[in-house]
Amino acid sequence: MAFQQHKLGAAAIGGMLGLSMCITLMFPSFDFRSAESTWVGLDKSLSNGRVIGFSYEDPLVTGAGKPITVILDKDPKTGEKIDPPMRAYVYEPGVPFAPAVRHPANTGPTVSQLSLNLGKMGEASEAQGAVFGINRGEVNGKDWDYIENLTALKGWTPADTLRAASDENTRYVGKGKTVYITEGCWWCHTLLPEQTQDWQIFGAPPMLGDFNGEMPTAFGSDRKAPDILHVASRNSSREWMDMHFFNPRLVQPNSIMPRFDYLWGETDAHGNKIDFDKWRAEYKEYRAGTRIYPPEIPEYAGNSEARALVDWILTSLK
Amino acid sequence: MLIKYLFAKNEDIPAGSSSVFFGFSAIFWFVIGTGLGSFNAAKLAFPDWVTGTEMFAFGHMRQVHVLAVILGWISMAFAMTMMYMTPALGNTKLWSEKLGLWNAFLWNVGLSLGLFLLWMGITSGREYSDLIWPIDIVVFLGVLLPLGINVWMTIAHRRTQGIYITNWFFGACIFMVMVVFAVGQSPELFNLTGLTEAYMTFWFAHNVLGLWITPVAAAIAYYTIPKLTGNPLYSHRIGHLHFWSIIAFYSTPASHHLMSAPLPEWLKSFASVEGVLILIPAVAFVANILLTMKGKWSMFVENVETKFSITGVLLAIPLNMQGGFQQTRAINWYVHGTGWIVAHAHLALLGMSTFLEIAAVYFGLQQILRRKLYSLALANFHYWFVLIGFCIYWISMTIAGLIQGAGKIYEVPYIDVVVAEHPYMIARWVGGTMVFTGNLVWLYNMYMTAREGTVVPAGRYAHEMAYER
Repeated sequence: MAFQQHKLGAAAIGGMLGLSMCITLMFPSFDFRSAESTWVGLDKSLSNGRVIGFSYEDPLVTGAGKPITVILDKDPKTGEKIDPPMRAYVYEPGVPFAPAVRHPANTGPTVSQLSLNLGKMGEASEAQGAVFGINRGEVNGKDWDYIENLTALKGWTPADTLRAASDENTRYVGKGKTVYITEGCWWCHTLLPEQTQDWQIFGAPPMLGDFNGEMPTAFGSDRKAPDILHVASRNSSREWMDMHFFNPRLVQPNSIMPRFDYLWGETDAHGNKIDFDKWRAEYKEYRAGTRIYPPEIPEYAGNSEARALVDWILTSLK
Repeated sequence: MLIKYLFAKNEDIPAGSSSVFFGFSAIFWFVIGTGLGSFNAAKLAFPDWVTGTEMFAFGHMRQVHVLAVILGWISMAFAMTMMYMTPALGNTKLWSEKLGLWNAFLWNVGLSLGLFLLWMGITSGREYSDLIWPIDIVVFLGVLLPLGINVWMTIAHRRTQGIYITNWFFGACIFMVMVVFAVGQSPELFNLTGLTEAYMTFWFAHNVLGLWITPVAAAIAYYTIPKLTGNPLYSHRIGHLHFWSIIAFYSTPASHHLMSAPLPEWLKSFASVEGVLILIPAVAFVANILLTMKGKWSMFVENVETKFSITGVLLAIPLNMQGGFQQTRAINWYVHGTGWIVAHAHLALLGMSTFLEIAAVYFGLQQILRRKLYSLALANFHYWFVLIGFCIYWISMTIAGLIQGAGKIYEVPYIDVVVAEHPYMIARWVGGTMVFTGNLVWLYNMYMTAREGTVVPAGRYAHEMAYER
């Protein structure tokens, strides 16, 4: 057989697919590369850490190896008051840095230069840990947010910073987003308000530069439930969130959201075993009308998944 | 049964073994996948039904349903058909039955492992790319690569001058799905982040449908309909129009899934226009198959494989009319993220694609096993349960989607939309459960066919023979 049509065909298929990949992958990549990170983008990247989901540092996807976000109202080194309180991202020794730090080009040409030159981001070391913050600087008459290495600039160590913040001002944002991913919240909730009609109820859609260094973005594609990109701006009550996660029907009788009571774990904040069976029996009585008030929900422990999830929502989804 | 051939010499393995292995695996995964779908649907209708256990939480099971159906049922049914159609159309034997058996074995093992991990919440958190990257590597090396090698080598060693359109699709689609899979999973391997990651996720999610699930299903119909009816394909040239327009147009519209994301506007507009061009291959395919049926329309009523096949082809009409237009900005803003899209996705996977594959699996297993179907009544039960179940699902979710869309643009409080959708959620569960029931019956029917079906004499087709019992 002299003429082999599969040879000509293979070349044609390769050429056409190559052209299509050129247009749909290579050309957009130029646009993506030039995107400058916004404050939202830097905040997400720094608080999420290297990657959410399966990774070397977190193979069982429990939220291990993630940075801790803290709200500081005093300087961890000097004890001086900080007003208004600032957000800092604490990377304990060994915790892998965020993509924004590991690969500065991720944050865009201008922002990465500011972070490296003014913020001394390049001096941070994963082995020793570091504390990062976000500052504002001016280039050519325009303001840019950039990353500051507070360990190099102010001498703040991770241990001192966590102590200065105390549990009350500590937010397990990276772990909380991990819970969002593993529990599959994003199968029903989106993180992408739509450009045409969501402004009134769900707030503004995200902007270019809001995602630099975020992995995974978890936009979601199916909206069986409200968009929650700005949910903490609509409702910032931790009590409401706690009740809603324990049993959504406590605060919204018609909700079809699953109960996430298992995120409370075995024991409550005081170390007592949580009696789920008793709670459910009492709740059933309440639903049946033989009990006036629903049972009180248990207080979750400081290291529970429920705490981290609510931390993430109230801190990141503004 | 077939496991014993894994270490046999290639010459000693009976022809069609890998096809049978793939066929029964596919039906098994279909039962699992639709069972999970029915369970998940029940949870949306009755949120307090099974509660308090992480393992049975909706968020842990939804992705298992999706991937069990896509990688288990649909893709394995594709592999099943490739294992017997590719050699038949090249007038030759499968290049390696042994490779085919190993492929089916590794596929089952890899998929079970991946789905187990997903169920436990060990995920990459990327829609349709949820499997963690070590499993992605298993899928590429153990699932896609051996399948590709077997099909390409069989085509290259064919004993015919030309290549029939089905084999064009098979060879090209495996290559394209390998490229698409590798590129789509690369963000996990290379830590690509942000908008790049989001776009790659949907670049994969779109192209796996556009370059794998729908075209391979269509390619199967190009084999089954002429084979069942005895009519030659109406036009091989129109088949090529279908083939080349899929490759040229349908590898590009991925960004129409992210119309609200801050992607470059030129990219969204380009995707929108290219997406409408799906109508060219769609019209070519549907017209070609329906014209092939000329003079044999009675088989649509009398023959169960033709019934399944033509139903699938007819479902391609609403599928492509929806698909072509719903991704334009004018319609997308209304239906995006609503149940309409869920209905559309099930129209593609459970409607068009599944019906075409069911026909090919029925036909292929009877041919390879040389056994006539155990029970035509059960096969008809299967057909009507899957069809009616699917229609209930599709219609109820389309209505629910339109309610959601209206709620979205008129800024109705979200909870009122949830209340309004409730009856349709129950209907969805009923429809899904019917599909699941039909598939259970199918698994039983095919098992009994292999064991007790009437033997088909050499040179005859199973569907030509009368029932003896």
